[in-house]
This record gives sequence, structure tokens and C-alpha cells, in this order.
Amino acid sequence: MPKQTPLNAAHRKLGGRMVDFAGWDMPVQFAGVVPEHLAVRNAVGLFDVSHMGEIEFKGPNALAAANALITNDLARAADGQALYAGLLNDQGGFVDDIVAYRFSPEHIFICVNASNADKDFAWMKERAKGCVPVNRSNDYAQIAVQGPKAFALVQRLANKKLDAVGTYRFTTGQVAGVDAIISRTGYTGEDGFELYVAPDKAEKLWFALLEEGKGDGAVPIGLGARDSLRTEMKYSLYGNDIDDVHTPLEAGLGWITKLDKADFIGKSVLVKQKAEGVTRKLVGFELTEPGVPRSHYPILKDGQKVGEVTSGTMGPSVKKPIGIGYVPTALSAEGSTFHVEIRGRPVAAKVVKTPFYKKG
Amino acid sequence: MGNNPGNLKYTKDHEWARKDGGKIVVGVTHHAQEALGDVVYVELPKVGAAVTAGASFGVIESTKAVSELFAPLSGKVTRVNAELSKEPAAVNKDPYAAWIIEIEPSNAAEYDGLLDAAAYEKLLATAK
Repeated sequence: MPKQTPLNAAHRKLGGRMVDFAGWDMPVQFAGVVPEHLAVRNAVGLFDVSHMGEIEFKGPNALAAANALITNDLARAADGQALYAGLLNDQGGFVDDIVAYRFSPEHIFICVNASNADKDFAWMKERAKGCVPVNRSNDYAQIAVQGPKAFALVQRLANKKLDAVGTYRFTTGQVAGVDAIISRTGYTGEDGFELYVAPDKAEKLWFALLEEGKGDGAVPIGLGARDSLRTEMKYSLYGNDIDDVHTPLEAGLGWITKLDKADFIGKSVLVKQKAEGVTRKLVGFELTEPGVPRSHYPILKDGQKVGEVTSGTMGPSVKKPIGIGYVPTALSAEGSTFHVEIRGRPVAAKVVKTPFYKKG
Repeated sequence: MGNNPGNLKYTKDHEWARKDGGKIVVGVTHHAQEALGDVVYVELPKVGAAVTAGASFGVIESTKAVSELFAPLSGKVTRVNAELSKEPAAVNKDPYAAWIIEIEPSNAAEYDGLLDAAAYEKLLATAK
């Protein structure tokens, strides 16, 4: 029996097509992947991401304990700042990718993937030093409001000015009378917020946003469009583009990996890998012949398998078949060409600049 | 009721077939396009290719899924709808206008063995 978020009944009421995702009964689509995708690019969409997990570090050693587990550097962040980071294993592979919120050095709040929440919590509990993390996953629902009209929509319902909350900054306040962590983050490439609220208040907030956003074209968005939106930005999805064997350096996530900070799990492997150079890289490519790349399709060079597609779709905004995959470093430069094997047939592809989608 | 024209025949794999002179025109049903979601790619067979009843003759891809297209009857492909390469979403807009292939049947009697609209709708109702 898959788990249900507090918005399950709302999704069914709004005509969501429900599927099992990472053990959760979630809407894959409402009106359709393409119209939902375009609604987020052009107006505003609401996502139920309550299945995501939350883990909290509190106490005098909170920052140091959390910081030793992740690749990005909470010591360099300001209070009220959020950081995207890797949670690595001893081999430098990903246990998960996470967003860490620095409320203060004594209070770090970490958002983790739904599929990894239990694993992450066990890992953190085992490896954290000087602070005992608490699994708060059941205490929060999460609604993402994304799109060019998202800021104004949330602002109209908020009890405080949000202009000062820049990208990857957060604050606490009320939205539609509901206490929330108001975070200027997302997974779509659009402006917007992710709102963490008590589960029993999620439905109230959801319908208040839909109602207030009616004139903006606010619509509910399913997991299908969430995936096509993030793919167009080449945002990694755990289990597809990143996993326990590929490192952040290979995944193009060097920017969240601060090798000059204090020790963290996986650091020594990455320092060595950086010095030696990576042998494979995660690249974005587009097909130059008809077809659609999908995860696990082989990547071929001169007829030999040299890599694998990790994500792919027909990008609804870029209107091209786009994909993400690991290739040997020699094939990773923009303009490099290779083939993707689709149902036994090699289809030509070339490495392109990412994100695939750019505004305007 | 009523999504499926009465003048067509249907398969349990959610293809429709229409008699057009001696040829059979084939597409996917309203139910199929609805289940697939936004169609983004249709892989067509070559004209002249042999197709076998119940066997795959092509692939239809939506934003989320890759599905095979199954031939309602055996024969030879005489035409393919190349427009679908440019406008795959036509399958969503009007699945009964967006034909996919035309077959010259090797055994015309196979057409009569396909489901009529009532039988197809009954199949849909029991599948729910």
C-alpha cells in the first residue's frame, strides 16, 4: 500500500492520474505533461512535493555535524541561506543530493529525496558526530509554487514582504494564514518558492494558492512535468543521473563540492579524482536524427558502448529530443558526437550547452 | 460511450482499423491516446514492409512512455502518415483522423474478425 501525502484527496478531486512513485501514491499528471510544463514556463504551477523527507540537526554542534556529511559548505553560508549539496558515501558516490537550510549554526534543516529518506536518515544518524539528527519527514508537507507568476502569487498571500528573500534564501512566515518555511528554491528553472507546512494545513494552502492564482493560470502539476522541467535544466535526478557510484565531479557538480572546506565524507576520494582528472562526465546532448532518448539506452562511439543515457525526453519548451548521460571525458566537450542506441538502431547525437532551456 | 466511431473496427491493443477500398487504414484509439498522454514521437515502418496481425509494426512515444504499435491484421504497408513525424500531437488532437499506416491485407477476412465499436467499448468498460 503506497503512502499518501496530505494532498492525496485534493489530487484525486482535481483529476490527477495517480501512480506509485518511490512508495508514494502521487499524481503523474493532471491536464497533461506538455500543458502542465508550459504552464510552469509561462505562468505558475503548484507541485505537491510532500513526499520529500526532512531531517533536522539542532544543538551547539549542528552546523559542524551536518557540514561533515555534505559537499557544500554551511560554514560559508549565511543564516537564512539554503545550499544544494551532495551527501556522499566513503567512495565519493552519492548517498543522495540534498538541500541544506541554515537557520543558524545551531539549527540545520535538510530536505532529502523521498526515495532516499529512510536511507539518508540512517546514514546521517550513524555518521553524524556531536549531534543527533531527527527525522522530521512526517511533520512537513511541501508545496512548490513555480513559474514567472509564482513570486507575486505567494507574495499576495504572505504576511510579510518577500523581496529580500533572494534565490536560495528562505524565511519563515505565513502564507494564506498557514505557518510556513518560505524557501526561494525549486526544481524547474523558474522563479518560485517551496513552502514547508504542517501536514494538516497543506490542503488549505493548496486550495488557497489555486484560488488566488486562478487569474494567473495557476494549475496543479504532476511528476511527469516535474521531470521534463528539470531535464530541460539538466538538474540531476537521484537514481537516474546521480547514484552511489558516480561522484559529483563526474556529474558536473563540482560547484557544490567545496574541496577547500573542512573534511567531509568522500572528500579524500574527490581530491584524488580532481588531481587525476575524471574519466567520464555527465553531459547534455540532443539527438540530431529523429527519436527520443530514454534512460538506460546505450551511448555508442564507433559501434562500441561507451556510456549510458541517464535521462531523456522530448523537451516541451526546447522542442527537441534531449538527453543526459555519462560519456568518456574525450567525448564530453560541446559539439562532440556519438550515437544513442534506440531499439537496436544507432541515432546520431551531439553534446550541447546546458541548461537546454534558456529564458527568452 | 461514444468516443469510438461505429464505422471502425478495433483491437484489444487499442488500435482502430478502417476499410478504405481494398486497403485498411490503422490508427490508435481515443483511449490509447488518453492513456499515453502527450505523443511526442511515432516511429513508422517503411512502405512495403510486411506486418503480422498482433505483432509490433512501430512505436509510439509519449512524454513518459514508449509503447509498441500492433498490427490489427497481416499484410503489407502501402502508405505511412509521414505528417506524424512533424506533428505527433495530432494523435492526441484527433486519434481517428491521425491515421498511422495503411495496410494491404493478405487475408481480407481478418478485418471482419476485429472488434466492433460496441465490443471494444465493452472491453474498455471491463478493464476499468
